[in-house]
Amino acid sequence: MHRRRIVIIGATSALAERCARLWLEQGPAELVLVGRDLEKTGRVAMDLRVRSPQSSVSERTVDFQDPAAIGALVASLCAAAPVDVALIAHGLLPDQSACQADLGLCREALLVNGVSPALFAEAFAGHMERAGGGTLALIGSVAGDRGRKTNYVYGAGKGLLTRYAQGLQHRLAGTGVSVVLILPGPTATPMTAHLKGKGGPPLADADAVARTMVDAIEKRRPLCYAPGKWALVMLILRHLPRCIFNRLNI
Amino acid sequence: MISSWGRLSRAEHAVRYLADRAAAPGQLRGAGPGVCFGMGRSYGDVCLNPGGALWDMSGLNRFIAFDPETGVLTCEAGVLLRDIQRLFVPRGFMVPVNPGTQLITVGGAIANDVHGKNHHRQGSFGDHVLRLRLARTDGALIDCGPEREPGLFCATVGGIGLTGAILEADIRLRRVAGPFIDAELIAFANLDEFFQLSDASEGTGATGKASAGFEHTVSWIDCVCGGGGRGIFMRGNPASATCGPLPKGGRLAVPFVPPVSLVNSLSLRLFNTLYYGLKKRAAGPSLVHYEPFFCPLDNVGHWNRIYGPRGFYQYQSVIPRENGREATQAMLGEIARSGNGSFLAVLKTFGQRQGLGMLSFPRPGVTLALDFPNKGAATARLFERLDAIVREAKGRLYLAKDARMPRTLLESGYPRLAEFLNYRDPGISSAMSRRLLGV
Ligand SMILES: Cc1cc2nc3c(=O)[nH]c(=O)nc-3n(C[C@H](O)[C@H](O)[C@H](O)COP(=O)(O)OP(=O)(O)OC[C@H]3O[C@@H](n4cnc5c(N)ncnc54)[C@H](O)[C@@H]3O)c2cc1C
Ligand SMILES: NC(=O)c1ccc[n+]([C@@H]2O[C@H](COP(=O)([O-])OP(=O)(O)OC[C@H]3O[C@@H](n4cnc5c(N)ncnc54)[C@H](OP(=O)(O)O)[C@@H]3O)[C@@H](O)[C@H]2O)c1
Repeated sequence: MHRRRIVIIGATSALAERCARLWLEQGPAELVLVGRDLEKTGRVAMDLRVRSPQSSVSERTVDFQDPAAIGALVASLCAAAPVDVALIAHGLLPDQSACQADLGLCREALLVNGVSPALFAEAFAGHMERAGGGTLALIGSVAGDRGRKTNYVYGAGKGLLTRYAQGLQHRLAGTGVSVVLILPGPTATPMTAHLKGKGGPPLADADAVARTMVDAIEKRRPLCYAPGKWALVMLILRHLPRCIFNRLNI
Repeated sequence: MISSWGRLSRAEHAVRYLADRAAAPGQLRGAGPGVCFGMGRSYGDVCLNPGGALWDMSGLNRFIAFDPETGVLTCEAGVLLRDIQRLFVPRGFMVPVNPGTQLITVGGAIANDVHGKNHHRQGSFGDHVLRLRLARTDGALIDCGPEREPGLFCATVGGIGLTGAILEADIRLRRVAGPFIDAELIAFANLDEFFQLSDASEGTGATGKASAGFEHTVSWIDCVCGGGGRGIFMRGNPASATCGPLPKGGRLAVPFVPPVSLVNSLSLRLFNTLYYGLKKRAAGPSLVHYEPFFCPLDNVGHWNRIYGPRGFYQYQSVIPRENGREATQAMLGEIARSGNGSFLAVLKTFGQRQGLGMLSFPRPGVTLALDFPNKGAATARLFERLDAIVREAKGRLYLAKDARMPRTLLESGYPRLAEFLNYRDPGISSAMSRRLLGV
């Protein structure tokens, strides 16, 4: 039987980790975890090995801002054997006002959320196109749908991914390669931990969001809001006239 | 805003989410005063620290190693018992001690040294912990177990989170043939019958032999009708069957908090009469999946909301066996007279073992657990009358369920309290520790 080969970029992300657990529940697979710290990816790998002793789980590190390193890593991963699924999950939720005060921070947030994942996507797209198949999944955010004063630096990085995914979908239509763009709403993970306990926005359960993600990847859906209700909320928010939108404190 | 299961309070907390066991000691160093929070399945204030720091341990949910030869599992402290079961039951292993809900963390299970329906055979959760790793707020990281640093270990098992943050643990799982239990329901008419059934099912004297009797026993008791002593005795043994009825996938949930408690003397009478009648008719043996057997309510989301916006208390006592019958009868009498109480009323005899933790709740005797909607002063007065019975009978109350016991009852119920205090982490403080220990 063919074991699925799945590469996860930003594999220490809580959402990515939940997805990996769900994939292994479906049956043994070959997982490659890519992160920036071997000890940290190692803890994720150990857990996955206990969950699925028959699976093979390996780890790689890379400099997430180095185009040459990204290109070389993806090339070596794709040369070893065809990649069935690549999930690009890393991201960074910065403090908006800190970004406004510090352009260095602002730049980092734009690079981590926008440029870096786009470079990984570009690299995978080429190899998958040549291989004639594969699913490339990107995690954007509902924050990328319309810029808001409370988080437009993060939103702009994520918005870049939305455009990038659209372009790749256009380019790869009819090739057997699918590009899945996932847009989560606020979800309970380390990224949003500071919002908990304070009466902030209600946070979705990470496990439920991961289930929606895995399902969308399985079905190769081009666009997936998670949880699904955000599709409607963002439809309204995107189309809200500016005179009303500007009065909202969101 | 954070509440515990009883929903008696809702308060802001400065929540710190611990998700990386390597980073956790650094995050905790000097971070106090605060306290760990697992799944908040405790009923009272043991896991709360209103206005202060709360360390959310649920992100530490990774397995670390499993040895199929010995059944020893190493995992992070935020792993849920449910997730252990779902992964390992198909491989022939089960968590040795299962409380009435599986939606709790390993850390919470250790910190309250939880018990299940098999206490007379397997003791409590701490009896199956071989090692735990504790991070203290002074930055120390200490491994302890029954042989290594036994003092700190016995203070931490049942230590209500006050000795440090448990980051990981080694737990010995038990071998099982499959997920099923051969269960049996028996109606009983009064407490004498209950004790006879318990003794007959558990094999009194508790030699620890697994051959005779039943691994699991527990009873539902009707606290309003029939003189407050009738009930349904449930017992069971791990089944050798590997196929049988699977739990229904569907999940119910109480969607919102009703403006008043749905549990009142009328609904209580109605429910108890119906439940007793139905179960009495259903009495006899059957094959049951472990999930509905151990945790019948886990499939009903947010059931704690039925008690309305003021929340509810659980009162759980254990009374030494020699005073058990009389004290239980007296408590049931007080409860019936008050017209309070709820359908969730549980009676069980514990086995002959003392908990290994200095503040472990289980001890030889009989335990009674009952939910009460919060009716303010009236509920407080009823509890004072129950406290008097417990104190007189040399019993104790369960800290995992408590939100109001007086300090004197803690002191009389837990003779190893002074010894325990030596092991406290001075950087840890909870609503309960301030209420009962002053700091
Ligand atoms: C429906 C229901 C049925 C129940 N049935 C039973 C039963 O049959 N038997 C029984 O014994 N109990 C029972 N309980 C109580 C429950 O098992 C305990 O309260 C359990 O400790 C809750 O675990 P938690 O993970 O939610 O921890 P919490 O309630 O969040 O915390 C409990 C305590 O553990 C500490 N803690 C949590 N994590 C850590 C950590 N990593 N390190 C150090 N300290 C930590 C907290 O500080 C606190 O003192 C039941 C509860 C419910 C809701
Ligand atoms: N949680 C939400 O509410 C939410 C909502 C919408 C979208 N998202 C998106 O979902 C994805 C997963 O997030 P999560 O919630 O799972 O968060 P998370 O657990 O905090 O994971 C963040 C991931 O990003 C990586 N990362 C952070 N900074 C990085 C950097 N400078 N360079 C490279 N990698 C970096 C982290 O790696 P290290 O472990 O090495 O730090 C980690 O793998 C992210 O893209 C996030 O933007 C999340």
